[in-house]
Amino acid sequence: MRKYLFLLIVISTGILISARLFYLQVYDTSAQISSQNNAIKKIYDFPQRGFIFDRNRKLLVSNQPSYDVMVIPKNTEALNPNLKQEFCDLLKITLEDYDRILEKAIAYSPRLPSVVVPQFTKDEYAYLSEKMWKYKGFYIQKRALRDYQVSNSANVFGYIAEVNQSIIKKNPYYLMGDLIGKSGIEMEYEEVLRGEKGVKYLQMDRFNRKIGPYKEGIYDTIPINGKDITLTIDAVLQEYGERLLINKRGGIVALEPTTGEILALITAPNYDPKLLVGRERSKNFTKLWYDTISRPLFDRVLQGEYPPGSPFKSLTALIGMQEGVINSSEKISCYNGYNYGGKKMLGCHPHDTPLTMIGGIANSCNSYFCTIYKRSIEKYPSPQEGIDNWKKHLESFGLGNYIGYDLPPGKKGLIPSSEFYNRWYKYPKYKWYATATISNAIGQGEVILTPMQMVNFTAAIANKGWYYKPHILKKISNIDTISSKYTKRYNTTIDAQYFEPVIEGMFDVYNEGTAKYIQIPGIEICGKTGTAENFTKIDGKRVQLTDHSIFIAFAPKDNPKIAIAVIVENGYWGSRWAGRIAGLMIEKYLKGKITRKDMEAYVLNGSLLEEYEKPYSGKTFNINY
Amino acid sequence: MLGSKGTKFDWPTIFIYIALVVIGWVNIYSASYNTTSTAFFDFSQVYVKQLVWISLSLILIPFILTVEAKFYERFSSIIYIISLISLVGLFVLGKNVNGATSWYFLGGFSIQPSEFAKAATALALAKYVSDIQTDLKSFKDQIKSLIIVFLPALIIIPQPDPGSALVYVALIFPLYREGLHFIYLLLSFIIAALFVATLAFGTFWVSLGILIIIAIIYFKNYKKKQSVFKYGFIALACIGFSISVNFIFENVLEQRHRDRFNIVLGKEVDTKSIGYNTNQSEIAIGSGGWTGKGWLQGTQTKGKFVPEQDTDYIFSTVGEEWGFLGSIGVVLLFITLIIRLLILAERQKSQFSRVYGYSVSAILFFHFFINIGMVSGLLPTIGIPLPFFSYGGSGLWGFTILLFIFIRLDASNYINR
Repeated sequence: MRKYLFLLIVISTGILISARLFYLQVYDTSAQISSQNNAIKKIYDFPQRGFIFDRNRKLLVSNQPSYDVMVIPKNTEALNPNLKQEFCDLLKITLEDYDRILEKAIAYSPRLPSVVVPQFTKDEYAYLSEKMWKYKGFYIQKRALRDYQVSNSANVFGYIAEVNQSIIKKNPYYLMGDLIGKSGIEMEYEEVLRGEKGVKYLQMDRFNRKIGPYKEGIYDTIPINGKDITLTIDAVLQEYGERLLINKRGGIVALEPTTGEILALITAPNYDPKLLVGRERSKNFTKLWYDTISRPLFDRVLQGEYPPGSPFKSLTALIGMQEGVINSSEKISCYNGYNYGGKKMLGCHPHDTPLTMIGGIANSCNSYFCTIYKRSIEKYPSPQEGIDNWKKHLESFGLGNYIGYDLPPGKKGLIPSSEFYNRWYKYPKYKWYATATISNAIGQGEVILTPMQMVNFTAAIANKGWYYKPHILKKISNIDTISSKYTKRYNTTIDAQYFEPVIEGMFDVYNEGTAKYIQIPGIEICGKTGTAENFTKIDGKRVQLTDHSIFIAFAPKDNPKIAIAVIVENGYWGSRWAGRIAGLMIEKYLKGKITRKDMEAYVLNGSLLEEYEKPYSGKTFNINY
Repeated sequence: MLGSKGTKFDWPTIFIYIALVVIGWVNIYSASYNTTSTAFFDFSQVYVKQLVWISLSLILIPFILTVEAKFYERFSSIIYIISLISLVGLFVLGKNVNGATSWYFLGGFSIQPSEFAKAATALALAKYVSDIQTDLKSFKDQIKSLIIVFLPALIIIPQPDPGSALVYVALIFPLYREGLHFIYLLLSFIIAALFVATLAFGTFWVSLGILIIIAIIYFKNYKKKQSVFKYGFIALACIGFSISVNFIFENVLEQRHRDRFNIVLGKEVDTKSIGYNTNQSEIAIGSGGWTGKGWLQGTQTKGKFVPEQDTDYIFSTVGEEWGFLGSIGVVLLFITLIIRLLILAERQKSQFSRVYGYSVSAILFFHFFINIGMVSGLLPTIGIPLPFFSYGGSGLWGFTILLFIFIRLDASNYINR
């Protein structure tokens, strides 16, 4: 016993220590992570974000250097009050801000860098960098910020912002303080524009000083710059459109019908993209975000849903002909409105009667379109089948659903289905008939479209039955790299022959109809005015506001180069604002100059601000009965 | 002259010694080398200094081996007394390094006498125990032998160097082997357990535990009709010890000692200040994985995250750069050495050699267990070196002398046979 006790103890100790080592080195892997965290530091090299050009290679967006003050909380030391005050003054923040920011940084991670104050300019950086040595744990990170060459197109570009926690969790590429495209092109083409960060691994010592590259830098990568992209946008047209919409609310969208390329995408009111760069960014963003009355961050072309009004009549006509319930030469009478059962009347304005299709479109006769709409629906044994067939035609124009453009998706609009009306009228308890949905004929009722959808069906009419999906990317790195999605031709359910009379009618709108005031010498425009009723709630009561002014058009008539949809909220007559604006845009694009100076002056000087005050000022609205 | 007797030296032990010294130096090189220094023979570098110490040890070894075995036995008392004087002298002439007055400075050298005192004490103990008149069954001789063992420790403690002092407990094992009653070992164990338990759970719970355990034992042995006072006395003694430990801990120990215990007992979780050493050491070892990061590739070692990594914490370099396999290799070398010494000790004919061999084995074992236990976070942070591995001339020489005196004794045992 005396001989073996010690031996026994030695052997069991050996086993105990081996077990402990096995636990530390093999079983428990947390030390490997801790080791990575404290001995190896990753330094990121941020790539240049890709530039953005317009279709004529005009530079729209480039980069400028920016400097963020960052902190790694675990490396900081408590600052004495004087030093802290001095630091806060340097950073232009208050002492409370400082405490709050640091608390947040610790909550994020004591070991990973967090932003203290972002986006100092080059000059501020020069001054700051001399003083940074005083504040342990703080350092300056260089990044590239957007440098906007134009003051417009903010809705097209979108903006970039620091990633938030949920993005960091979803995508490990991003770290606190990294920037990401949050809307528009910047969001849609984030991965193209952003490039890849480069990483340098540094061996650190226990005082967190770097003592050289880790493993001679074999794991290091160099940053890959983002790719430049060329948009289909025509910067001149875009800028002009934004000018035309000053002091109005609404949207303009123009396409090249033969390709689906978006030439201009304008929403008003807009903001200067430069507002969302630099130190004032968050202040400005808050201001824009909380402007819930004019909603500058709301893209009216993609997100705004409007009753299309009379432009929709051209679709009613096309469906009627395709369904064979009317031909272009049949005359239909109008008795100052359309009687759709009992004493119910849908009013119309005074015009010649009876009218054929061309006249019907040119004069925008409500009775004409209600008649053929009713026939199209009633051709089928039940109104349900009729409506669904009607919807099917409209869907072939890209209506009632996301079109699929390469921008944040926006809204779907609404083309009602039989199911919609069944629910609405509580079918089968109550029956409903074509006349119950008669407002659809003239683009009121339940139908709502985004301006993008309006321009899309306009382009389909211009092409006599087909369209390419609207898109905004032309080239990546100056090479044509359009997704096959945008080179596929989408055919409508309407035969090409039926477009002729509609186009003629739309041409007459411009020649002698509701838009004859906007005629531009030398350009044959086909258009359709719209004066759309709209409602809002004021103090809980449904109130009808001044009508929206709407215009769709394409030109030239025989070889369409541009299709356009314009909506001016509460602008009253379709030709008053939207028509004029569309005319000016078309001339600008086709001729490069403006001959109708009178018209241009009218639009540029016109303001609807008083109109937009009405819900608050209590003045009466203009409504087109 | 070595050649003629060389065959009788225990070569396995010598090989393990060489292996440990070489592996130790390789790791000291990694832990201390500096990428900015280009000259290999830069005498300010720790690994160069250690190389010098190793070379000097190799010169020293033949001298130890040529001295007659009888010399060590005969002069053990004198060596012991000189050693005690050198320890006491520290209070007058010693230099303070890192808060402990454990060093003499002679010219450019610094010497730590406590490293040599271990061998001296082992010799003196062996001499006393092997004395024909010594009877470890007698209480008087028990006390005398314990005085021999703990006198150097008592001088070392107030330097203060509790780690070096603790090692002397190892010498209880040879005494037990030679017939000291098991109760001393048991007592040592109980004292250590009470000590740790008091610090970990507090006097109240320890006292409660003692009362419960003693009550159980008492009622189990109830039929034997033993005196209730005997049990009461044992209980009171244990509780008294627990209270005094608490008192000493709170009032006598310095804060840094308290801190050291608190970390290992899990009372401190602050990884940045007090628990830093152990925490960093565990990270370094743990990050080695199965096969380690490779020599000179340890990120924790390069970054000098583990303090005192070339001395007390040298094993963390092994763990990081050579991984689990390398660490186990080193552990096996130590265990093999310790067991080999044990086997050699058992085959000694002279009691002097046997006691000494046992002492060497026990001292190396204590150093090994306490050091690696500390570095891997099993035991409290007690600053003692890993034999043959840790940087330090006195340490290396002390262990070399300790080991090779026994190799010399073993060789003469062989001749006599």
